[in-house]
Amino acid sequence: MIAMTTTWPDLIVFIAAAAMAVIGALGIITYRNPVHSALSLILTLLGVAIAFLEQEAHFLAAVQIIVYCGAIVVLFLFVIMFLGVDNKEDISVEPLVAQRPMAYASVVVTMVGILAMLSRGGWSTGAQVATGASPGGAENVQAVGSAVFTTYLFAFEATAALLIIAVVGAVLLARRDRTGESISEGADA
Amino acid sequence: MTIPESWFLILAAVIFGIGMFGLLTRRSALIMFMCIELMLNAVNLTFVTFSRSLHDIGGQASVFFILVVAAAEVTVGLAIVVAIFRRRQSTAVDELSELRG
Repeated sequence: MIAMTTTWPDLIVFIAAAAMAVIGALGIITYRNPVHSALSLILTLLGVAIAFLEQEAHFLAAVQIIVYCGAIVVLFLFVIMFLGVDNKEDISVEPLVAQRPMAYASVVVTMVGILAMLSRGGWSTGAQVATGASPGGAENVQAVGSAVFTTYLFAFEATAALLIIAVVGAVLLARRDRTGESISEGADA
Repeated sequence: MTIPESWFLILAAVIFGIGMFGLLTRRSALIMFMCIELMLNAVNLTFVTFSRSLHDIGGQASVFFILVVAAAEVTVGLAIVVAIFRRRQSTAVDELSELRG
């Protein structure tokens, strides 16, 4: 587990990916403008995508960039600009008494718990399954595809239904009420 | 690939912690959603790392499904944010103190 066999290119790529992910994550929670937070989110997602690539999950790295950076963040930006909430949130005030210290304490407890659990487990050096290996290179896409379409076929079909339901629900929720019986008293965004 | 798994797991834990802190302290619903995405990404990174170390493609298939569920969640969540903004002219969750719309 010690990085004795780590080569320099791998190390540089990992450090770059980790720096992108952590700096982007810190940017999300410190920028006061939601647009800047969304752009920081892209930085984090790209960092995680590089980490995927470095672990030979090529299909997921591509999907991460296409779906997250290409669709989800654009959806965030669209909603931010559609609502016009580029007003800055004052993050210096603390409306709830002792919210920050309690948040710090919760995060520290959670992190210590996760890291202690992982280190007790020997950093994921468990028993390796004999079948269904995760190959890298050009066979990664093939392996993910055959797993999704054979072993996880039912779950895959369920996600299709889930996406349809989500889209219909989103349209129903965000639709303007045409009947006018509710309290939409002007000044719609 | 010779970077040890533990480094990726620590990176994922750090990202998860940052996302959790943001979720607990920020009050804009949009930022809270971004922090949830951050935590989901940390879990995805953990899944991929275990998938590599245990040589099991199931971890990557799980990440695929997490991506789909995250997309659906963001779609519905942002629609709720839009609906709330129509009523309240704000996305701050502190404003949502009444059950009645």
